[in-house]
Amino acid sequence: MVQTNKKKSRVPKPVSVRDERWLHFYRQMVKIRLFEEEVNQLYLGAKMPGLAHLYIGEEAIAVGVCEALRQTDYITSTHRGHGHCIAKGATLDKMFAELLGKAAGYCHGKGGSMHIADQESGNLGANAIVGGSTGIATGAALSAQMRGTEQVAVCFFGDGALGQGLLYESMNMAALWRLPVIYVCENNQYNEYTHYSETTAGSLTVRAEAFGIPTEAIDGQDVRIVHQAALKSVDKARRGEGPSFMLCNTYRFYGHHVGDIDRTYYRSKQEEEEWKSQRDPVQILAHWLLKNKLTDNSSLARIESTIAADIKRAVSAALEAPYPQIDEVRQHVYA
Amino acid sequence: MRVKSDNSSVSETKIRQITFAQAINEALAEEMRRDPTVFIIGEDVAEAGTPFKVLSGLVKEFGTKRVIDSPISEAGIAGIGVGAAMTGMRPVVDIMFGDFLTLTMDQLVNQAAKIRYMSGGKLKVPLVLRTTLGAARRSAAQHSQSLHAWVSHIPGLKVVVPATPYDAKGLLKSAIRDDNPVVFFEDKMMYQLKGSVPEEEYTIPLGVADIKRTGTDITLVATSSMVQVALEAAGSLHEADISAEVIDVRTTVPLDKDTLIGSVRKTSRAIVIDEGYESYGVTAEIASVIAEGAFYYLDAPVRRMGAMDVPVPFSPVLEDQTVPTSEKVAEVALGLCNDR
Repeated sequence: MVQTNKKKSRVPKPVSVRDERWLHFYRQMVKIRLFEEEVNQLYLGAKMPGLAHLYIGEEAIAVGVCEALRQTDYITSTHRGHGHCIAKGATLDKMFAELLGKAAGYCHGKGGSMHIADQESGNLGANAIVGGSTGIATGAALSAQMRGTEQVAVCFFGDGALGQGLLYESMNMAALWRLPVIYVCENNQYNEYTHYSETTAGSLTVRAEAFGIPTEAIDGQDVRIVHQAALKSVDKARRGEGPSFMLCNTYRFYGHHVGDIDRTYYRSKQEEEEWKSQRDPVQILAHWLLKNKLTDNSSLARIESTIAADIKRAVSAALEAPYPQIDEVRQHVYA
Repeated sequence: MRVKSDNSSVSETKIRQITFAQAINEALAEEMRRDPTVFIIGEDVAEAGTPFKVLSGLVKEFGTKRVIDSPISEAGIAGIGVGAAMTGMRPVVDIMFGDFLTLTMDQLVNQAAKIRYMSGGKLKVPLVLRTTLGAARRSAAQHSQSLHAWVSHIPGLKVVVPATPYDAKGLLKSAIRDDNPVVFFEDKMMYQLKGSVPEEEYTIPLGVADIKRTGTDITLVATSSMVQVALEAAGSLHEADISAEVIDVRTTVPLDKDTLIGSVRKTSRAIVIDEGYESYGVTAEIASVIAEGAFYYLDAPVRRMGAMDVPVPFSPVLEDQTVPTSEKVAEVALGLCNDR
């Protein structure tokens, strides 16, 4: 359900999206889902160095928002950034290569999962510091405003980032200067291993509203709702009317990171099962597509198997790909 | 008057005596005229020109869209600077007191310094963060620190510590044109220091130290505020028949190791003088560089002289004890030279 905090209850007319586009949204979400499942397998099979923070369960937010953006628009991402990266246009082979530390990766293997960036599609990078990219997104928006390009910047962050001071400094300046930045809070309810009710005082939506930033609380599992809200916010920003805040309520189906397997000490299995069975964003869109006869079961199955084959090809290539030359270790420190 | 620019070409040009503050102001104005992507953001930078009045007049020429007054949000403006730098602009972020670097550290250390490397060279951060250093203004512990060692320690940052108006102008212009994040430290006590600056445009490359006075008996390596101290000490040492060579480091990163080592191989003695806390500071790094590069030429241990390892006290009689003075430097130098 779209909830607004506006005093007037006029519901804005949804922008009509051509039906075939929703199939594209579905493909993108499945791509993220299957990519992340494969990442999990790489970890469990001890084939991937380090850890990854899986986006499974949150796909509707990355896709719903990024589909409202142009390639030249900016995003900043989080440690849980694979979904944003794919949704903004990254290719699977370079992503797998980066996660495996290979030279063919987006960052020559030098960034890894938590720092993955794709400059060509406007992805200014995942960030391992919670809230660490809020200043960067806001600065990118200032830059766009100064250059007069009508670009916008989306700042993705989680409920955990609501604890970081930089977010509030950034929002204050964004509101003051009417910067074209959209703050998208992916509230998956857990600041790592602690429920947000234990860490976040007061109202989540009032925080941005205190700066005069229009705020919406949104069902983050419904990509169509996310997308409509994103279109509105992006349009507002592009017209020079300043920032917006989208609080997207969601859930991560897996652990904080791939090694967080025994989770019952902070999250009940029952809660997880409820979200997985009733609030799966991929299933929610599939159900809507079927109900509105925009597709059929065999088409959906075909989409999934095609993407699964793409994933398999990309990961095999990445596993075979070479590591960087060792003298690369000293390169790229300085421009 | 003939001036020797750092490209070692001598040209006839008009020389003016201007202050350090004016030199900074000129550098910014020239770069902002030259390049529309350069802008300034900081607290009280516009009408006020900052409390140090260094930026006076800039908002009049360039307007409030390029000289931006910010809220008191050091982390925020540092972060905004990083983001703007990554997306086609060349921000100059003004952090009023070097002590406030603490508030910018994540954006400088975890973001600005590392973005180029972490992106495999695909993103760059042409950011300049201007701030201050130096005690003796009776501003007490949280407004008096010289923290350039901290940022010198981080791969990916460049660090500039000019000591004269001429150097300040040329180095700041280079810092703005540099595609890397540069932290630029200005000594608060030197803003009114006058020096010769040509009217003609010039830049000074980062990574080149400057021999401010040649000598043969001992090398005094100094940064920023301590260069004047070292030059004064060299003057009194001259009276004691000791010939001191004074080297102005100018940039701790990149560090001109060759000039430092070359000098000490010649003189066989060295003191490194810096206004950061003495322990774990710039002096330790430079002393090590000298010891490693000139060990077999040394006639005495390399000495470090930094600010006393205490929070800067308020009371003038206490504060004045904590910073190296020319008397103290000369005393140490005499001690090192006694065995000649």
